[in-house]
Amino acid sequence: MRWPLITNLPREFNFDFVRLAPMAAVLSAILIAISVGSFAFRGMNFGIDFVGGALIEVETAKPLDIAGLRRVMTEAGGEDAQVQSLGQGNGAILRFRVPDDADLNASTQVVKGALQKAFPGIEIRRAETVGGKVSGELARSGAIALTVAMFLMLLYIWFRFQLQFGLGAIVAVLHDVILTLGALSLVQLEVSMTSIAALLTVIGYSMNEKVITFDRLRENLRKYKTTPLRDIINRSENERLSRTLITGSTAIIALSGALFFGGPVLLPLVFTMVFGVIIGTYSSIYVALPIILLWGVRRDDEEAVPLKPANARQG
Amino acid sequence: MLAPSRWRLISVVAALIFGVLFTLPNLLPAGMRDSLPAFLPRQTLNLGLDLQGGSYLKLSVDTRALRAEKITNLIEDVRTTLRAEDIAFTDLGQVGAEVTVRITDPARANEALNLLRNRLGGAIANGGSGLELSAQPDQRIRMGYSEQALNAEASRAVDQSIEIIRRRIDALGTREPAIQRQGLDQIVVQAPGESDPERLKSIIGQTAKLTFQMVDDSVSVAEAVQGRVPPGSVVLPSQDEGPLLLKKRAVVTGEMLTEASQGFDGQSGQPVVNFRFNGQGAARFGEVTASNIGKRFAIVLDGKIISAPVIQSAIMGGSGQISGNFTAESANDLAVLLRAGALPAPLKVEQQNTVGAELGADAVRAGAISLAIGAVAMFVFIVMAYGMFGVFAALALVLNVLLMIGAMSMTQATLTFPGIAGMILTLAVAVDANVLIYERVRDEAHAGRSPLQALEHGYERALVSIFDANITSAISAVIMFMFGAGAVRGFAWTLLIGVITSVFTAVVVTQLLIGWWYRSKKPKTLPIV
Repeated sequence: MRWPLITNLPREFNFDFVRLAPMAAVLSAILIAISVGSFAFRGMNFGIDFVGGALIEVETAKPLDIAGLRRVMTEAGGEDAQVQSLGQGNGAILRFRVPDDADLNASTQVVKGALQKAFPGIEIRRAETVGGKVSGELARSGAIALTVAMFLMLLYIWFRFQLQFGLGAIVAVLHDVILTLGALSLVQLEVSMTSIAALLTVIGYSMNEKVITFDRLRENLRKYKTTPLRDIINRSENERLSRTLITGSTAIIALSGALFFGGPVLLPLVFTMVFGVIIGTYSSIYVALPIILLWGVRRDDEEAVPLKPANARQG
Repeated sequence: MLAPSRWRLISVVAALIFGVLFTLPNLLPAGMRDSLPAFLPRQTLNLGLDLQGGSYLKLSVDTRALRAEKITNLIEDVRTTLRAEDIAFTDLGQVGAEVTVRITDPARANEALNLLRNRLGGAIANGGSGLELSAQPDQRIRMGYSEQALNAEASRAVDQSIEIIRRRIDALGTREPAIQRQGLDQIVVQAPGESDPERLKSIIGQTAKLTFQMVDDSVSVAEAVQGRVPPGSVVLPSQDEGPLLLKKRAVVTGEMLTEASQGFDGQSGQPVVNFRFNGQGAARFGEVTASNIGKRFAIVLDGKIISAPVIQSAIMGGSGQISGNFTAESANDLAVLLRAGALPAPLKVEQQNTVGAELGADAVRAGAISLAIGAVAMFVFIVMAYGMFGVFAALALVLNVLLMIGAMSMTQATLTFPGIAGMILTLAVAVDANVLIYERVRDEAHAGRSPLQALEHGYERALVSIFDANITSAISAVIMFMFGAGAVRGFAWTLLIGVITSVFTAVVVTQLLIGWWYRSKKPKTLPIV
């Protein structure tokens, strides 16, 4: 092994990325089908940020009596009562909903009272109630923000590259979002505002990957004006491979601390991010680029001047 | 590009000083922070409720109640106006969202319409009420408020509510509550630190509309309850006894109070609320009590009778006390509410989060430890991969973190859990920028360029990708900040700060470090080739 480690990486890679594209397309289609199937049959495990309801985090004096906690909640008027052990000490997260016509805040008080009566010494560390109206608003404003942001990113990429690059990026990012949500649905991780933040990092990271990918492609398109697009894509990806590997591993290494030591609060967030790093890298090569390959590019494109004119010299 | 550049050095040193100065208060214990000289920044990161604990309340102004009250008042106003002019009428009442009245004498229908229009109507633009009146067949007059008038009223009600809530919370002494308007009719109250959310809610949620009304004894309560309520009277529940029949018209209202404080009754020792009326209130109260000795009046709070004493003698001084099953705390709370004034409309609690500070601390600790572990692992990896150049990248990352924390402390933007996610993303992108540069440098060196040329060209070429990627991020951050709420907004703000600091540190700072290194070493080959 030579020092630093980077010098051990071979200089030239000659991997035929495009040859695997049809298989990747099948894989992506299967994964999307699984995701959509999971939405349909398992659904998402939406937290109270989305469906409304109450969440109470407690610490009981005695070892957890999960069935007892659930029974007390149900008897005090909570619907869909759930108890989730926090795995450390006697902590648990309790969730329940109330009928649409009932006053959520009043019901939460009733449940709290019942818990305190049934489990003397219980400590209530956190209580949240979210009304259905508010949840709808949060979701709507979030969806609007994302849609507008995606549209403007599409415009920017169109302006800096070509339209098909922008569309390829958007389709690939949507692919990532669907698969990430599908993974959340499969493992039934709770979707809260925190998962939304994680999803945003997935989109952010994925978009960064797309632009970096396109940038190398654009440069090579200008450099090799007559080479077939397929070969240019392979060449660009091979040139970029060491960067892809190092950036991806660095991101995952940085997240690994939180994955193992972050505790149950951070886990959903970090899980989503790690998944997003992997899927974002994959979709740059196997969703965004194939779309461009199938669509074709304009080869006489010299209008889109880079910020600093790239002096096209053979590298 | 690697040539010594004074402005680059100055900008990096300035950024370093900025980062250290604004990050430092976060690392000092509170006592030391307070003893810092005045010219140094002392703001710490403004941690969100999810990180430091506290109460979050989202309230909406009950605009429906506001509209209903406007209609009720309108009916009363029409009644008094027409009676004062001796115009006979029938069928005064609410129809849908409007009020209609039938003028008995066809000859006076027009006169009545003009009278009502002059007294009660008027365009909003001219300071009027926005009431629209129209003559209908059969001597009827129809009156209703325009949508514009109602919305303006609702908007005003939200502003007033915010002001009143602020006064109420300040009186409780809660630390730095944030009270913001959200959307058309919502108010968000965030009170950090340890506070009793239930007390906060009861203080905010009460309308605290206080009125003094005469008891109507023309009909017995039992008859009234069965539906024979005389016009202009109303049956209200009471705290200690059965419901009572009261005149709708308030003799004195809470707005005429100048003082309210908690005290104890001289005889019984029970907690009471002492109050004092302003001049107008004192005069009216004196007048009414003088002419109604032996009768009862009721003290009504939010539609509920607190007490209904018998008037023993005229009360002229303008001060009095409210008694009625108070504890010292509830009497004090009522005094706070009365001093701050009544809310223009009831508030409905839409969302309530209470995060125990302990959980917040747990989350912060877990987050900090895991981030630190992740950062150390990342530094080790990047140094192992790129050697000396990895050290430069790591130094740039440290400065990046300092700048981000410094900028968050300076702008006092709230750092939430999603905000931390935004920071992680920008750190990953910052690393990526350095990787892009170094890989370009390696490409150039392998193509046969000299170390200096390889460095120059590597930076130049990688910059194009770095700018495109970061501009795309910045666009989405700005949009998410503008349109998003809650988590999305917190994420967007740190992302935006991070895009700026990470481009600066990953490009400018490493350029400066590598420039120094190159000029002192004059290497024949680059260590990463």
